[in-house]
Amino acid sequence: MVTLASLRAAGTRPGARTPAPPAWLVGAGVLVAMLGLLPIAYLLILAGTSEDATSLVLRDRTLGVLGRTLLLAAIVTSASVLIGVPVAWLTARSDLPGRRWWTIITLLPLVVPSYVGGYAVVAAFGPRGALQSLLEPFGVERLPDLYGLPGAALALTLFSFPYVVLSVRATLLRLDPAFEEVSRSLGRGPWRTFLTVTLPQLRPAITSGALLVALYSLADFGAVSLLQFDSFTRAIYVQYRASFDPTLAAVLALMLVACTAGVLLAESRLRGRGRYHRSGGGSSRPATPVRLGAWRWPALVFLGLVVGLAVVVPVGTIGFWLARGVSVGESFATVWGPTLNSVLASGLAAVLAVLASIPVAVLAVRHRGALAALVERATYAGFALPGIVIGLAFVFVAARYLPFVYQTLPLLLVAYLVRFVPEAVGVTRASLLQVSPRLEEVARTLGRSPARVLREVTLPIIRPGLAAGGALVFLTAMKELPTTILLAPTGFDTLAVRIWSATSEGFFARAAPPALLMVVVAAGSLWFVLRQERSR
Amino acid sequence: MAPIAALAIGLAACSAPDDSAAPAASRSASEQPADPGSITVYSGRSEELVGPLLERFTEETGIAIEARYGDTAEMANLILTEGENSPADVYYGQDAGALGAVAEEGLLATLPDEILDTVDERFRSPSGEWVGISGRARVVVYNTDALSEGDLPDSIFGFTDPEWSGRIGWAPTNGSFQSFVTALRVIEGEDRAREWLEGIQANEPSVYEGNNPALDAVAAGEIDVAFINHYYLMQRLAEDPDVAAANYYLTDGDPGALVNVAGAGILSTSENEEAALQLVEFLLSAEAQEYFASETKEFPLVAGVEPDADLPSLDEIGTPEIDLSDLSDLEGTLELLQEVGAL
Repeated sequence: MVTLASLRAAGTRPGARTPAPPAWLVGAGVLVAMLGLLPIAYLLILAGTSEDATSLVLRDRTLGVLGRTLLLAAIVTSASVLIGVPVAWLTARSDLPGRRWWTIITLLPLVVPSYVGGYAVVAAFGPRGALQSLLEPFGVERLPDLYGLPGAALALTLFSFPYVVLSVRATLLRLDPAFEEVSRSLGRGPWRTFLTVTLPQLRPAITSGALLVALYSLADFGAVSLLQFDSFTRAIYVQYRASFDPTLAAVLALMLVACTAGVLLAESRLRGRGRYHRSGGGSSRPATPVRLGAWRWPALVFLGLVVGLAVVVPVGTIGFWLARGVSVGESFATVWGPTLNSVLASGLAAVLAVLASIPVAVLAVRHRGALAALVERATYAGFALPGIVIGLAFVFVAARYLPFVYQTLPLLLVAYLVRFVPEAVGVTRASLLQVSPRLEEVARTLGRSPARVLREVTLPIIRPGLAAGGALVFLTAMKELPTTILLAPTGFDTLAVRIWSATSEGFFARAAPPALLMVVVAAGSLWFVLRQERSR
Repeated sequence: MAPIAALAIGLAACSAPDDSAAPAASRSASEQPADPGSITVYSGRSEELVGPLLERFTEETGIAIEARYGDTAEMANLILTEGENSPADVYYGQDAGALGAVAEEGLLATLPDEILDTVDERFRSPSGEWVGISGRARVVVYNTDALSEGDLPDSIFGFTDPEWSGRIGWAPTNGSFQSFVTALRVIEGEDRAREWLEGIQANEPSVYEGNNPALDAVAAGEIDVAFINHYYLMQRLAEDPDVAAANYYLTDGDPGALVNVAGAGILSTSENEEAALQLVEFLLSAEAQEYFASETKEFPLVAGVEPDADLPSLDEIGTPEIDLSDLSDLEGTLELLQEVGAL
C-alpha cells in the first residue's frame, strides 16, 4: 500500500509543491491512526496463537460467507447512493415545501439501532407482519419471504442511506454555484448540468458516504441476524459467543479487516484525484434553490416513501410497544439518567472525533503522500470491525497495562473515537476539498502560522462540514452497544443499553420509552446542527 | 472459610421468607460499626430481570453493588480477557456452559458446602465453583390455532419426521439452543446428535436470531413450533394474554427436557469475598427464590419454594441426567452445527 500511495503522490500535478506538513499535524494524525490500528494489533496477537487458522480461513463455509457479505455490502451501498443523492439534493438545493423538516426526518433513520430496525422491518413486512394483516381482506395469506438477502439489504439500506445524504448535503451546501451557472449559461439544461457539472463535483462526498455505508454493512450485526442473513459479522459473533476461545474469532475478524482494505482501495480509485475548489478570485456564495415546479409532486412521493419505510415503520413499531407499555404501567421516570449518560458520552465522542478528524483530513487533502494515505486509511479500520472486537481489544490492553483508566469514561470515549472517527474524517475531508488552498496561502503570506491559518481561515469555512460530521458521530455513538457494555464505567447506563436489555428479554413495552427518547434526542441534535448551517 | 460460613448463616437468617421487616434489617445493617463495603457483579442477566433483586440485597445488607450488565457469553469473555485483573467479585450468568468456561480457566473460587448443598446436585458444579440459582427449561412452543398438545411427539427426535417439514423454527446462534445441542451430544452421543440436527435441517427450519423472534413467528403462525426456553412465553402472556401459543414440555429424561441454570460464582481474585458470599447466599434465600418464581417465571432451585402455578414442577419435567459443567464444550457443538450447515 505504501508503494502504491507513493506512486500516486509522485503522480500528482506536475510541478506542484506539496508542502511538508508541520510536525504537530503529523504527530496528531499518527496518534489517531495508531489508535485505529490498536484493535488490529490485538487481533494479530490473538490469531498468532491459533493453530488451525489457515484451515478456518480456507473452509468452504468461511469463503461462502465472505462472498455473501461482500455481495450484501455492494447492494446496500449502491441502493444507498441511489436513494441518498436525490434526497440530499432535494433537501439542500430545491424549493421543496418543508425542506428543513424533510432534512431532519430523512436523517433520523441513522439513530434507529439495527436491533430495533430489524425487528421493525420483520414486524411490518414479515410473512405475517402488519402489511400482511392490512392485505388480508384482499385474500393475501402470506407475504413472500423477506428473510435472507432481500430483507437484510432492505433493512441495512433503510438505516444507513443517511450517511450518503449527510455527506453529500454538506458538500452541496458548500458547492460554488458559479460552475452550474456557467454551464447553464452555455446552454446546458438543468438535468445535463446536474449530471455533467454537479455530480462530478459530488464524487468525493458520494464516495465518502458510500464508504461509510459499505463499512457499516460489513460490520452490522443486529439487522443481519434478525433478518436471518448469514453474514461475516454473524460468524464472528457466533465464534466469540459460543467458543469462549477468541482466537478463531480473531482470524475471522482479520479477514474482515482485509475486506475493509479492499473497500478502501476501491474507494481511493473511485474517489479520483481531482480538485474541487474555485481556482479564480472571488468567493462562493449560497446557491439559489432550484424551482421544482410540477416535479415537486414525484419528489414528495419519493421522499414520503423513503421516510415511510425508514422512519414511520420503526417509530410506529416503537409506538406500538409504547401503547402496550402504557397499559401495563411502564413509565419514562427511569430513563432520564440513561438519557443524560447517552447525550454526555455521545456528545463528547462527537467533539473528540471531529477534532481528531481535522489533522487526518488536512494531511490527506493538503499534504498528499504515503504517510497521509496510510494515516487516513488506518483510521477506517475501527469502523469495519464489529463492536465486540474493538471492545475486547481495549479490555485486553487496559485491564492488563492501564488498570487506572480501565472502565472509566475517558477510555470509553477513546474506544468510541476509534469506532466513529471515520465518519467525521469522511465528511471533513469532503468539505476541505471544497476550500481553495489559495485562501490559506494568502493567509500564510500575511504572516499567519499554519496553526493559526487552520484555526482562523480553514476551520470557519468548513464549519457546516464539521457540524455534520459531529452530528453523524453523535447519532451513531448513541446507539453503540457492545463497546459500551464492555468498557463503560460499571453502572453507566445508556439508552442503547436500556433498549437492548429490555428487548433481549422480550420486554418490548419496556424498551419503548428509551427508544422513543433516543429518536427525540436525535431529532433535537439534528435541528441544532441545521440551525448552525443557517446561521453560517 | 469458617467465618465466611458463619456470616452466610447469619444472612440466611435475616432474609427468611417471612421477614417482612425490611426496615429492621436495614437498620441493623446501618448499626454495624464496619462499612460493609461494595462488590462488583458482572451480570449476564439483564437489569430488567435481576436489578430489583440486587437493590433489595443492598437494602438488606448495606452492601453496595456495582453491576455491569451484558450478554452472558460477553460477560464471560470479558472476565476471560481481563484474567487476573478482573474487577469483578461475582459472575452471574444464565448458562451453565459459560460458568463452566470461566471455572475451567481457574478464575472461580470454590464455594462453601453450606451454599452448594442448598441446591440439588444436578444444578451445581460438581467441583463446587458455581451454584445454580434458578432453572430454565427447554420447551417446544407451538401455535395453538394450528396444533393441540396431542399432536406433538413424545421425544425431541419426533420432530425429525418429514411431517414437520417447513413448520419448525429454531435459533442456532442462541446460547440456550447451543447448550441444548451440547446436552444432546453428551446424552445421546455425537452420532445421534448429528442425526437429530440433520433430520431437523432436512425439514427446512426457519432460522431466527433468538428466542423472542422465534416465539413471535409461532404466535403469528409463520411456523407451527419452535425450540425455545420456557419463560419467553410467560413474559409474552403477561403483556398480551391472547397470544396464540403454548409451551409443550418434554419429559422423562428426553434431551429436549433439559433444564439449564442461571448460576453464580465468586471470582478467585475477589477482594471482598465475604460480601460476595453474602450475595450468593441471598440469591438462594427464599425471598430471592420466590422472586424468580413470580417475576422471571423461572424454576426456583431451593427446596420449599414452588414454581409459578402455570408451570409444571421440576420433578414432572424429569430433566436428563447430565453434568451441566459439560455444557462448556461449546466448541464441539459449534463445529457440529457448522458441519451440518445449521450455522
